[in-house]
Parts: sequence; C-alpha cells; structure tokens
Amino acid sequence: MNQADRAKEARAAAETAARRGYGKLVALLAARTRDLAAAEDALAEAFASALAQWPKTGVPRQPEAWLLTAARRKAIDAARRRKSAAEGEPHLQLIAEELEAAAEHPAEIPDRRLALMFACAHPAIEAALRAPLILQCVLGFDGSTIASAFLVAPAAMRQRLVRAKAKIREAGIPFRIPDRADLPERLAAVLDAIYAAFAEGWSDPAGADVKRRDLAGEAIWLGRLVVELLGEEAEALGLLSLMLHAEARRTARRNDAGEFVPLADQDMRRWDLGMVEEADALLHRARARNQIARYQLEAAVQSAHAIRRTSGSSDWPAIVALYDALLGLTGSPVVAVNRAVALAEAEGAAAGLAALDAIGEDKRIVEYQPYWAARAALLGRLGDRERADNAYALAIGLEADPALRRFLEQRRAALGGI
Amino acid sequence: MKYILLIYVDEAKGAQMAKEVGPTQMSAPYLAYTEALKKAGAYLGGDRLQPTNVATSVKTANGKTQVLNGPYAETREQLGGYYMIEAEDLDAALAWAARCPAASYGTVEVRPIWAMQAS
Repeated sequence: MNQADRAKEARAAAETAARRGYGKLVALLAARTRDLAAAEDALAEAFASALAQWPKTGVPRQPEAWLLTAARRKAIDAARRRKSAAEGEPHLQLIAEELEAAAEHPAEIPDRRLALMFACAHPAIEAALRAPLILQCVLGFDGSTIASAFLVAPAAMRQRLVRAKAKIREAGIPFRIPDRADLPERLAAVLDAIYAAFAEGWSDPAGADVKRRDLAGEAIWLGRLVVELLGEEAEALGLLSLMLHAEARRTARRNDAGEFVPLADQDMRRWDLGMVEEADALLHRARARNQIARYQLEAAVQSAHAIRRTSGSSDWPAIVALYDALLGLTGSPVVAVNRAVALAEAEGAAAGLAALDAIGEDKRIVEYQPYWAARAALLGRLGDRERADNAYALAIGLEADPALRRFLEQRRAALGGI
Repeated sequence: MKYILLIYVDEAKGAQMAKEVGPTQMSAPYLAYTEALKKAGAYLGGDRLQPTNVATSVKTANGKTQVLNGPYAETREQLGGYYMIEAEDLDAALAWAARCPAASYGTVEVRPIWAMQAS
C-alpha cells in the first residue's frame, strides 16, 4: 500500500469513527427534549473538529469521550455568552446537563440510535424524508451531500429536513422502540428508509460518485446496527442479508472496460464470497423466526442466484416460486416483471412472454425500462425480430445509465437486420 | 403534551346515519369514548359542533368587518367536533384518535397545542 492509499484509509477510518460517535451522542442528547436541531447544534463544532483532526492524529481511544469534551467546552462558552433567557432555553439547559452527565462516564453512554431511527421513520414523517433524516441525524451527513445522493436541490432538501425536525419536536414524536403490537409495521418503515438509502448508493454501479458509493456502505452499517440492537427480528435480518447479497456483486456488475455485465454473465471470481456466505447465514437465522415477509423473500431470490457459485446455475424454479410469494405480498408490477423473466428461464421464452403480456395492462409499467428490455430479449429468442427491435428502442429511450444503454444497443444490434 | 383531536365527518352522511340508527345510537359510542378518556385522565375537554349550515365566518380588512354565511372552507368532510386531550407523546395521541368513533367513518386530525411560554 502506498502512502496516498494509507492516508486515504486513515481518513476513511477517522470519518467512520466520527460518524458513529456523533450519531450516538445526537440520539442521547435529543432523547429527552426531542429537539434534534439543538442536539446537532451542540455537537456540530466538535464533530467538525473530529472530521478535521482525526485523519491526522488518528482516532482517539474513546471517540465519544473526545467528542463530549469538545462539545462541553463549546456549551460552556455559549452559556457564558448567553445572558438573557431566550426561546428554547430550557432545552439547551437540559442538553448541557446531559452533556455533563455523559462526559463523566463516556464508556456507559446508552445506545439510543435505534429509538432515534424510529422517530425519523415515524409514520407522521413524510415517507420520502425518512431516509434523508436518518442519514443526517444518525450519521451526520450534511444536507448538501444528502441532496446530491437523492437528486434534490440542496436548499430544498435542507429546508425539508429542518421542517421534519421541527415536526418531531412540536408534534411530540417519541424517541422510543414501539410496543410489540406496533413493531412490525413501524420496523418496516425503518427498514424501508435504510433500503432507500442503500438503493441510492447502489444505483451508481461504476462507483464513480464517492458520495453515493458510501451511502450503500452506510446503509449496510445501519442494517447491522438494527440487527445488533433489536435482536432476532426476521425482516431486519432479511434486509441485511439482501443488502449484503447485492453488495457482494457490486464490482462484478461492470467489466474492466466499464461495460454492463448482466447477472447471468458475471464473473463469479469478482463476487465477494465471504459476504455471500454472511448473507446466507443471516437469511438462515431469519427463517428460524418463521415470519416470512418482503425482505426475506428478496434476499432468498438473491441467494438462489448466488447458488450458481456451487451448482453452476441459478435455481430458476425456486426464484419463480419466491417471486410468486412476493407478488402475492406486494402486487408490485416490478416484481411481476422479474417473475416473468425467471419464468422464461425455468419454462421457456414463450411462458415468460405470456406472463409479460399479462402485466402489459398495468399503466405503471409503460415507463419501466426492464419491462421493455425483458420483452425485447424474449421476443428476440422467439425469432420475432421486428417487435424485439421496437421493444429495445423503447428500453434504450427509457434508460438513464450510459453503460446500460450501450449494453441494450449491443443486444439490439445482435438481433441482425430486419 | 396537549393535543386537540379535530373530528371531520361528512355531514350529509352523518345525518343519514342518524336517521337510520337514531340519534341515541349515534352518540352512545361517543359517550363511552369520553368516559374512557376521563378514566384515563386524558380528557381536557370536548364538544360536538352544530352543522356548517349554521356557521358564520368573520374577517376584518381595512378596518371593515366582513361577515360571511357558511364555514371557512367548503370541503368534502366538515369539522363536526373536537376533543382536547393530554397525552404523553404523539403515539399516545394517535392511539386515542384511532379509538374515536369518528375515525371509522370520517377523519380525526391530531394537532399539538401551541405551548405558550410562561412570561
């Protein structure tokens, strides 16, 4: 490893440690007041110093103690400057007290990050904002970084985050792990938010955009945190398994020339097999709970693909059955398209095309690139070159990723003249 | 925290239901609900409102008072009553809102009361 790589690694380790400590302290300081903005304010300078200093000095032995000391110094300064009682003063007083108490026993700070995540993914918070809110409060990402990952204007994203935090405070959204009766539904919202963050990171297959690539890694870390703090919840295990299965194939999605490689043609030597094994073990643990739901089924699909590393091919009949179950659960046309593709592998192109025809009525599918790409491929296999060519044209027109577009163009050209 | 539960129901539908089952049958579940709120120490107040056809709205502009016949806004569901409750947090308030009889045939909006700073 050269010096530049070592420096990069030190920077990454420092940033990770700073984010972990920051989230834990935000969760602690906001738990009683529900005032996330005030908790973030109290820690902002300490967090910025950590991000600036730790890459040079190394991560301190007790990162949270370091952050607390730095934050306390700032809180004391601020208290000196503030003479008159201003609005929100009781919150700031309470936060200052929490800081003092935590600083006395930094090793015993309770981990309330899970409760914080439940507040961020509360049904009273707009669904599209739950993932951004978690990324900001639990991991300390700034509004601009989050905005670029979710393709939203930075000013708009910052404003929406401020409003969401105000709602948590003013509406009295609790920082609490929900009761057993509410847990499945509320946990699903937390898991959906984590998966949304993962999906944003995953959609940058070339890994060109560092911010997006990091997002997938951070989402996996959040998934691990939920499993660690919540124990054997089947869907939490299922989501982590699903993300690890996908992440294990990240680099295999492109060849050395940067071209798109479909799953069936991927070089298995580029899969992270350790990660695949971990994903399968998690799925196994989830199954023991006997509460099958969406993320476990999706992880099981990935697992049935990954079986190719030992058997030489994906387990298509199993994949069709899993998609049947998913379709029954979600009624999603996206699932229906995937099911049709699997059916074509298990029972032949004609069966797959018939299944696609059956979905064609759904209006949501008209602008869905994979539907047209799947149609084109199956029509091509059945020798209907003209209709295949038309379907490829639509698929190419709907695709935003240049590498994927090139791949579809090659497939279209391979149909031969019409 | 203090919350107000604003009860929005379709007045026409409500009147129809009252005709079918009788006014006593309509109010019985509300009496039971109010009793439950009181037993739990959550009840701060509440009333049923007269329908919007007897509503009058007022606003002043340039020192002149405008009196308008009818409710503030014409909507599909109308404000028909309210409960003022004390609840630990939003989840507790939402749980009370879900038990409100109107939640099954209308909408119950939950709003925190603006806490006035003691001066």
